[in-house]
Amino acid sequence: MTGVGRSVGEAARVIEQAERGRGKKVKQEGGPQRLSHYIAPSFEKDRLHESIPGHTSPGIERASRIPLAMAGTGGGSNDVQWCFSQVKGAIDDDVAEADIISTVEFNHSGELLATGDKGGRVVIFQQEIENKSQPQCRSEYNVYSTFQSHEPEFDYLKSLEIEEKINKIRWLPQKNAAQFLLSTNDKTIKLWKISERDKRLEGYNLKEEDGRCIDPNTVTALRVPVFRPMDLMVEASPRRVFANAHTYHINSISINSDHETYLSADDLRINLWHQEITDRSFNIVDIKPVNMEELTEVITAAEFHPNQCNTFVYSSSKGSIRLCDMRASALCDKHSKLFEEPEDPSNRSFFSEIISSISDVKFSHNGRYMMTRDYLSVKIWDLNMETRPVETYQVHEYLRSKLCSLYENDCIFDKFECCWNGNDSVVMTGSYNNFFRMFDRGQRRDVTLEASRENSKPRQVLKPRKVCAGGKRKKDEISVDSLDFNKKILHTAWHPQDNIIAVATTNNLYIFQDKVN
Amino acid sequence: MDVSAEAKRIMAVSISKLYASRAQRGGMRLHRSLLLSVIMRSARDLYHSACLAKEREELGTAHLVPVTPEEDAMDTTANGEQVEVEVSQVEPEPESPLTPPIQEPMSSDSGAAQGACKTRTFSGKETVEDKENRSPVSPDRHSRKRRGKASVAPDFLPSKRARLSLELGEERVLRTGRRNCCRAGDAFTTLSLNSNRAIAAF
Repeated sequence: MTGVGRSVGEAARVIEQAERGRGKKVKQEGGPQRLSHYIAPSFEKDRLHESIPGHTSPGIERASRIPLAMAGTGGGSNDVQWCFSQVKGAIDDDVAEADIISTVEFNHSGELLATGDKGGRVVIFQQEIENKSQPQCRSEYNVYSTFQSHEPEFDYLKSLEIEEKINKIRWLPQKNAAQFLLSTNDKTIKLWKISERDKRLEGYNLKEEDGRCIDPNTVTALRVPVFRPMDLMVEASPRRVFANAHTYHINSISINSDHETYLSADDLRINLWHQEITDRSFNIVDIKPVNMEELTEVITAAEFHPNQCNTFVYSSSKGSIRLCDMRASALCDKHSKLFEEPEDPSNRSFFSEIISSISDVKFSHNGRYMMTRDYLSVKIWDLNMETRPVETYQVHEYLRSKLCSLYENDCIFDKFECCWNGNDSVVMTGSYNNFFRMFDRGQRRDVTLEASRENSKPRQVLKPRKVCAGGKRKKDEISVDSLDFNKKILHTAWHPQDNIIAVATTNNLYIFQDKVN
Repeated sequence: MDVSAEAKRIMAVSISKLYASRAQRGGMRLHRSLLLSVIMRSARDLYHSACLAKEREELGTAHLVPVTPEEDAMDTTANGEQVEVEVSQVEPEPESPLTPPIQEPMSSDSGAAQGACKTRTFSGKETVEDKENRSPVSPDRHSRKRRGKASVAPDFLPSKRARLSLELGEERVLRTGRRNCCRAGDAFTTLSLNSNRAIAAF
């Protein structure tokens, strides 16, 4: 582009253009999210600046910053004692609806922890680099980035408001310095890029430091802009928006192990997307009946197999799971495997049909098993056996006799999630009264723990809790009628390698770590 | 009777939830509506069977009158089996009054005194659907004509409906539902039809 006889000003423009083309874009569609124009979630009430320093933040969490003992490598799961580490969120009991946490997800390394809330915001926490000089210190999670992922929208055709609540967040495997995640509300999926900026260009020829333009005719000498260090800034920008592909409400997204495609599932359909292409998606499952009045079941969750890129499963409201192979046909309406357990006739009751609805399905990390969560239990299925699960764990069986009341107060519709630990030996799920349960598959033991402000002293070991189903209540036990059904733990996540768990109560995020014996 | 009162209550709760979900932010949730209508139908079946049992007690008949299978628009059985309730075995239990054993299908007696609802076959499920090449025009809809049961119309429902339906739109839906019922007195069937319509409106 450099030609003979060009003016100095034109040459300057060329250099500027080249600089802009290379490296990070300063402005793109939507722009990097400015943090001052929306109301930050209560995690960052004290901090409304435009740039968020990354590692050097003073931190605004109210929890302790006393380092914990580092996780030991030896010992079985029964040696694990869970200790309080941190809690994020407002203390006061008056919960703002927008602050209700709706999803929690660790990234693949466990260094980042993302939460989504009902207000459409995503908050990402980063684990601080461990202090090498003090090997006993366990790193903590501090706010890394916050952005408004989804806004409330209005569908004029159907006269419906589309909620901005984040239903799911899924991290993409890291390919370069930046982090990518998919976040979805009921109708639209967005690919977000979270990148760090710790240098800035200085010395533009046509632009002053404060942004004012310089008249090219006044430029007499040229200089090449140089990078100068700056305070670390974490920017989140929407790179792709995948919209208008779902008539019903999206309940799941799942990234394929091929690192190119992902699926999104709503009540009746599952679509396959390419991560780069936003104007097209392929419908791979469609269970909508010709006559909607004949509808008997809906899709409740879907997930890709962790290492077989042709395999995915989806669960239904009737308690069945279908495994589909995309190699079989373009439309996977016909399943390859159907996992279904015949109902226990002794447990048959008026509400047994609706409590069999599966709220979450998760493959184990090794891909040999999958776990499903229905209202009262967690089931682990061997992918090679369709007739019944290999393990069943009762989460809160004492609620079986209370189903009628739980129906009236709407709790029976709560969708609990479940998760595996890094080596698939322990599974975890939430319950009511801010209790959460862990089931050790190998040791055949289970424990009930509580996430509460009262047990939030630094390094405090969590005491196992017990619910008294009936009869004489022992000391320290809590009776079923005293349970607070407004305090529910629906979302939990387990660090992919370490014994660190993130447990979301209504509007607080608790982080617990294990203690070295 | 305990069972019928309980079923009535569940019906009322379900209806109010269904109506409340219309005003919900984000629109009606299909999954939730489906579960609510499942409960409503079960409660209705239970109520009917409880009422029949009561009637039989009053009439003093000893033998079983087979209950005519009711065909609903939203049948939960996969292949259109008809589910009947053995009336004699429905007993009010103090702990769980809502556990009626559901019997496997029996042959239907269409001439039963209770009246019959038209059985609808599930041809939709049996025909192989070529979804990729399907024409946009949907096939003939099954007839919506239903003949309700000649049971006593529950007294609470009409007034409940009047209280709940404040919007004009809802009134229209209800009236349409009534028209499709040959026996206008069967409010339960009407209401389940409305719930089906509510879901069909998606």
